[in-house]
Amino acid sequence: MAKYQHNGAGPILEVRDLRTHFMTRQGLVRAVNGVSFELEKGETLGLVGESGSGKTITCLSILRLLPRGGQVVGGEIILEGQDILKTSEDEMGRLRGKKVGMILQNSMAALDPVFSIGTQIAEPLVAHQGLPWKRALAGAIDLLRMVKINDPEVRVRNYPHELSGGMRQRSSSAASIGPHPDVLIADEPTTALDVTTQRQYLDLLKELQKATGMAIIFITHDISIVGNLCDKLAVFYGGLVVEYGSKDQVLNNPSHPYTKALLKALPILGEKRERLQTIPGEPPHAGNLPPACPFHPRCEQAMDNCKEGDAPPIFDLGYGHQARCWLLEKDDEQYSR
Amino acid sequence: MNNTVVEIRNLVKHFPVKTGVIMGRTIGNVKAVDDISFGVSQGETFALVGESGCGKTTVANLILKLLDPTSGDILFQGKSLDRASGSEIRQYRKSVQAVLQDPYGALNPRMRVGHIVGEPLEVHGYGRSERTRLVRDALRSVGLPETSDSQFPHEFSGGQRQRIGVARALTLEPSLIVLDEPVSNLDVSIRSQVLNLLKDVQDQRGISFILISHDLASVEHMSHRIGVMYLGKLVELGGAEQICDDPAHPYSASLVAASTPPGRTPPWQIPIVGEVPSAMETPSGCAFHPRCIYAMPVCSQVAPSLTKLPDGRQVSCHLYPDHIGSIDKSASLPGLEFTTSTIGDGGPEVRPVE
Repeated sequence: MAKYQHNGAGPILEVRDLRTHFMTRQGLVRAVNGVSFELEKGETLGLVGESGSGKTITCLSILRLLPRGGQVVGGEIILEGQDILKTSEDEMGRLRGKKVGMILQNSMAALDPVFSIGTQIAEPLVAHQGLPWKRALAGAIDLLRMVKINDPEVRVRNYPHELSGGMRQRSSSAASIGPHPDVLIADEPTTALDVTTQRQYLDLLKELQKATGMAIIFITHDISIVGNLCDKLAVFYGGLVVEYGSKDQVLNNPSHPYTKALLKALPILGEKRERLQTIPGEPPHAGNLPPACPFHPRCEQAMDNCKEGDAPPIFDLGYGHQARCWLLEKDDEQYSR
Repeated sequence: MNNTVVEIRNLVKHFPVKTGVIMGRTIGNVKAVDDISFGVSQGETFALVGESGCGKTTVANLILKLLDPTSGDILFQGKSLDRASGSEIRQYRKSVQAVLQDPYGALNPRMRVGHIVGEPLEVHGYGRSERTRLVRDALRSVGLPETSDSQFPHEFSGGQRQRIGVARALTLEPSLIVLDEPVSNLDVSIRSQVLNLLKDVQDQRGISFILISHDLASVEHMSHRIGVMYLGKLVELGGAEQICDDPAHPYSASLVAASTPPGRTPPWQIPIVGEVPSAMETPSGCAFHPRCIYAMPVCSQVAPSLTKLPDGRQVSCHLYPDHIGSIDKSASLPGLEFTTSTIGDGGPEVRPVE
């Protein structure tokens, strides 16, 4: 078996023009339609989008854990120089958890109620690092300490229902970071938490990242919380990354009409707005995407070429800032792929 | 207060915690709501904010009379519900409606929209033709086509379903609507649609709202006054702008700080420590003292009571009136960025497992 070694230069994870479709009884569901992004070591990328925009399916494609009927129909996923899509199922089992870890949204569902927290944190250490159980359980205590859980020696024997929501989310994170993944995918890990616990959890993620140097993909529907955590943002809409760039580029200089509208539609604490701007209509269902630009039925500036033909190409706005919108055609040279 | 629609006085709700299956020995009480008083004026939005488990939904259920209070009273248009007759209670139930959090769970999937929206009318004895007319009016006023009354809930998206929920609350022309997290289950891009709709409804009809939410940004946008709840008690009660721009209680301040978008400075730089304790073992004295960085010895012994500040709001904290002056709210405290070092005794050292 060939050994792939990441040479330290270039992105640790590269997703190129990923397309993932589902065959369902209702027909073809085009969940992901050409998503590209890069992730450097130690970097945090935020995937922002509403339900059904394809952000979770993108990440499940990376882990090759797509639900039934789902299939990657195009593109490449390069993890440390290795194309994940061409990897055998056995090899994938070794990569999963070890190279790419995942934190799920609902920690109550992510943790098994009949096993103690310690067992569940130790299990990946046994599986991936070949540690004997005794040492893995000692490692679990260290991990619990690392995610700032009080009395880890006691907590390690607790069952999920004995912990609070915030503690459960921190414990399930401990299980994910145990085998030192290079990339950690966090799928809406704070949605079930209160604002205060949410802030604590985000700070913890940042601290863990500093200590381990892992790269994080942070999935969220709430563009307002990504600012502190993420270095880069990818805004998803209708299975496409409609805008991509550094946090400052996307938040301070949004270029896609959807990103602009989204940032204006949210109430912001400390900013008095008489009336919120709204985005008309509803986000589309992946089984029934509008043709061409998926955002055109809700876009105030939609032109004829937004409604017909292919989805708008990626326009480069400089310094890595990209957006898929025909409005940008005049301003900048088109970058074709 | 004039034009008070609903006033609650010293409301208390305890839930007994029982052990054993048959005998059911009571081993303690969860003080879900512990001596809460406030009033809601006509056309006003009063928001209750707090972390999950603080009792805000229990207050809503008490106001909706889905629960009976352990003690305390609800006054509707100045009359106590405690001594109200059956018909007065019916009148109250008609005047107080609710919009629930989950637009999927709140609508019966087997009923047509017209039936769902018209059910409150049916309960209160309206005839069929009047029902049809009022249902269509209500649907039109929330921006849905009149013809949607013959459709089923599954034919609508989340935002439209929440509009159906609002229409149902409007049919009886209530004077108060309890909104329990009305937008938290909706997609971000349609939240503003529903928030705007609710504001329009209020402007046109002068309805009062009790808004229950943990999202301080939308609360600030929607409400006139805010009550901040912590473990069943109100810790601060005041104008929405007062609390969001200059919170007085350390707990309100930490909620505001946690909701302040990155890049902005919160009005009071205060870190958030720990988690809400179990409601069964409420800490002694001020329930917030284990999480409060300003806690003094008195805080763990004596429970503070709501007292009025010179600017009119009420706050329940021992820092008032003598100690608050010595606190520099703008001092950037270590721990606002990295609160984790203060969560436990795990220590600041973070190391990967070998």
